[in-house]
Amino acid sequence: MAGQTLYDKLFDAHIVRQNDDGSALLYIDLQLLHEVTSPQAFEGLRLAGRKPWRIDANLATPDHNVPTTKRDGGVAAIVDPISRIQVQTLDDNCEDFGILEFKMNDIRQGIVHVVGPEQGATLPGATVVCGDSHTATHGAFGALAHGIGTSEVEHVLATQCLITRKMKNMLIKVEGDLGLGVTAKDLVLHIIGVLGTAGGTGYAIEFGGSTLADISMEGRMTICNMAIEAGARVGMVAVDQITIDYVEGRPFAPKGVQWQQAVAAWADLHSDADAVFDTVVEINAAAIIPQVTWGTSPEMVVAVDAKVPNPANETDPVKVDGINRALVYMGLSADQLITEIKLDRVFIGSCTNSRIEDMRDAAKVAKGRTVAASIKEAIVVPGSGLVKAQAEAEGLDKIFVAAGFEWREPGCSMCLAMNPDKLEPGEHCASTSNRNFEGRQGNGGRTHLVSPAMAAAAAINGKFVDVREMMEA
Amino acid sequence: MNKFIQHTGIVAPLDRANVDTDMIIPKQFLKSIKRSGFGAFLFDEIRYLDEGVADQDCSNRPLNEDFILNQPRYTQSSVLLARVNFGCGSSREHAPWALEDFGFKSIIAPSFADIFYNNCFKNGLLPVVLSEEIVAQLFAECDAQAGYELKIDLERQVVVTPSGEEFAFEVEAFRKHCLLNGLDDIDLTMQSVDAIKAYEAKRKVVAPWLFGAIKGY
Repeated sequence: MAGQTLYDKLFDAHIVRQNDDGSALLYIDLQLLHEVTSPQAFEGLRLAGRKPWRIDANLATPDHNVPTTKRDGGVAAIVDPISRIQVQTLDDNCEDFGILEFKMNDIRQGIVHVVGPEQGATLPGATVVCGDSHTATHGAFGALAHGIGTSEVEHVLATQCLITRKMKNMLIKVEGDLGLGVTAKDLVLHIIGVLGTAGGTGYAIEFGGSTLADISMEGRMTICNMAIEAGARVGMVAVDQITIDYVEGRPFAPKGVQWQQAVAAWADLHSDADAVFDTVVEINAAAIIPQVTWGTSPEMVVAVDAKVPNPANETDPVKVDGINRALVYMGLSADQLITEIKLDRVFIGSCTNSRIEDMRDAAKVAKGRTVAASIKEAIVVPGSGLVKAQAEAEGLDKIFVAAGFEWREPGCSMCLAMNPDKLEPGEHCASTSNRNFEGRQGNGGRTHLVSPAMAAAAAINGKFVDVREMMEA
Repeated sequence: MNKFIQHTGIVAPLDRANVDTDMIIPKQFLKSIKRSGFGAFLFDEIRYLDEGVADQDCSNRPLNEDFILNQPRYTQSSVLLARVNFGCGSSREHAPWALEDFGFKSIIAPSFADIFYNNCFKNGLLPVVLSEEIVAQLFAECDAQAGYELKIDLERQVVVTPSGEEFAFEVEAFRKHCLLNGLDDIDLTMQSVDAIKAYEAKRKVVAPWLFGAIKGY
């Protein structure tokens, strides 16, 4: 019998019941909750007179709606009344049902996908769900993690299980060293460009190969986070010493004898050498240079030294239509140089790139330089209160502020503009977030996805530049 | 949940690939804590000329007349026809809620994003996958004939055109069973309480660190 993939192992270990039609009842070890996709689920529980199956398998924090400017007034001071009610509703629901929540002004509050790993709630070998497509982030720990809808949030609250079916296995094998100034973000953007926005649909993706073995947990989280932008609900990386070292000592991580037991159990969390994948894609990391998206889908990505594509070079009519539509929306012309795109705002943050390493990467570029006068606003939004505190302890906030960036409170912020941070119509933004869809960062806004270092470099220059030039200087 | 057995309705052709859930229902409407009332904001950014605000009355907003759902022949449509990778991006269930609230019963496309596809079934909305060639044919027929209707028969798993041509589609047995009978997933899963408890007891032995660790500190 052929060996198992990491995904096979994780899936099989959580089957409560396998049905004849291929569907399965899968046990969920951890559910993360936030204010946007949970209120209707809690309401459903209430209407049916149900209670959460296991309180201690849930962790909540508000992130999408929270303001990132000064917020001493707490929830009551959220200006938008509808946002305020949503955050208050999460507080009330967690209180009523006894679920642990890191509230808005708790230092442990932040973006759910930053908070879970930071607290050691996300653990290797676990199943993790959340009503958010970027839940794939947690797969970086050798966990089986994916986004679900609100009906499923309610289902997991009520039963601790999910009705699901096994996906196909894809291995993205990355070999070679990433060059100086080329980050995990550039790697995953490149991978999405290769796969296409639906290339991973129906698959659980494992990111492997020698390159991954050298990437930090922060980098692995950035990569797994964006699996969904290639259509895959699940992104994963095998457990190794880097994983173990990151988890050890975190508040909810196992301690003492249980730690020894856990580390022993986690040693098996990798694909077997003879495991069979349905699809294998090979990527040469050494050939990748910093990436920039030009269009309105994450697959519309090119290297910083390239040009905006010309629809005349495309034959598929659906693709031609997509390129033409994106050119109009983005206000760009075919064959325009990426480095000629003028920028209005810069956003450094989101569940993709708001961890301490991202802050350090951006600060390194910003240090001793000044944000271009043509940039209306450049904001840095740490992923959690603890990331913010760590960055401040390292003096990164002072570097950003001295350079003309704004240093903000933690939350999802301009990634999806549910709070006051958003683009005005027609504005171009260099953003370290994950989606460049039409209107994502504000009605009519134009998003270009990049790494934190590239975003900082773009802020300094007012347009895109290859950050490697600034590093050699 | 509403049952879906069969449905015949006017088809609206949304000729775009990769329609994402941000486009189906933009972020500002996700602030609602309710499950209903999203239909007026379906496709808000391409349906109206101004920027929509949550909870507003849409009856006097300026319409984008080019958008299909604003054209008289499609305002009563209940079947949406689209191109590949419909529903990609965010997991927001507000997307199927908005489609259902507008009056759509079924969406036909060559492919769907996984999470959206799954969310549809929880809301009595039937996503139907047909090949790119067949979808192209349906687009052409829809374009040629005002009031073009399709019948979607879940029991027989076929889409029937006005000329009587039939196209078969796949649907998982369990999902079909739930839709045909309007069954609630939680009630069904609750029938397996013993199996869940038995699994949990074993899990506590194998991975005790996953129990009781998440608590206030």
